[in-house]
Amino acid sequence: MHEMAVAQSILTTISAEAEKQNAKPVIARISCGKLYAINAEALGFAFEAIAKGTTCEGTKLVVEHKPIRGQCRNCGEIFEFELTSPACPKCGSEDFGLLPDEPLILEDIEFLTE
Amino acid sequence: MHKVSIGRKILSANEEYALQNSQFLNERKKLCLNMISSPGSGKTTILTRTINELKGEIKIGVIEGDIQTDLDAGRIRATEAPVVQINTEGACHLSAVQVSGALEKLPIGVLDLIFIENVGNLVCPSAFELGEAGKIVVLSVAEGDDKPVKYPAIFAKSKALLINKIDLLEAVGQVDFCLERAKADARKLNKDIEIFPVSAKTGEGMTDWYDWLKGKVNNLR
Repeated sequence: MHEMAVAQSILTTISAEAEKQNAKPVIARISCGKLYAINAEALGFAFEAIAKGTTCEGTKLVVEHKPIRGQCRNCGEIFEFELTSPACPKCGSEDFGLLPDEPLILEDIEFLTE
Repeated sequence: MHKVSIGRKILSANEEYALQNSQFLNERKKLCLNMISSPGSGKTTILTRTINELKGEIKIGVIEGDIQTDLDAGRIRATEAPVVQINTEGACHLSAVQVSGALEKLPIGVLDLIFIENVGNLVCPSAFELGEAGKIVVLSVAEGDDKPVKYPAIFAKSKALLINKIDLLEAVGQVDFCLERAKADARKLNKDIEIFPVSAKTGEGMTDWYDWLKGKVNNLR
């Protein structure tokens, strides 16, 4: 339910941009790493609730999850991995470091053109 | 329709405060650890025992995060350690701005180590940086050995894992928990994670945890 806090930040950013553009935002695209624990449905629900009565009422949020990446300590390969069976695809080593998760980013907004 | 590229970080307000907290702590050479677990895993018991048994060696202060009540702060206060309670009033995680306010209320100059006891929740707190030097995840054996697989984010991000309530493992047939499985699954996600099987109730295994803490604190002195 921390999605509410995230939704509030998104709303603030989109509203500011909408004012600048003087247009109605229709779709906003968000991306984040998988470790951010952002559930698209919960985020959409929270956003819808707080956007009521604002310029963002009815704006659709699209969430793209970026894969988790690791770097192999044996061969240096950087790879995407599944949390269930992580191993280096190049040399098979299970010794790797986790690279920082992709941050939560508001990628772009599509506005209604008058 | 026309598309406008934004490309802006969204948790940036929280991250700014987290950075400020981190700078504040680094300038003063204070170690800060963010403790995260499910409700009831024994975070507060681990802290009270740690504070009492390290008295005279490491001066510990605590920031307590709970949705409601100051029950946990009361338990910390009984050890005579400085404590600040934050009530999140429903929020499932502590945020950096709350910790910033709490840091100002602690007698930071006399402390070596500040523990942040986050709201009992294995999911949300892992996404909010508070300015800590590291995260500590606590898992109690009654919760089951499948938690590293089911809640991977916090195990992947933590510096140390305390597997608590190992005294219950002796009650054969009462708790199904394979210590080796939990350790192996956590290490699969995080090769560097330090793992301490402990019982904060009986004190078993706590010495290794204390040695690790002392090493970290001494590195900053």
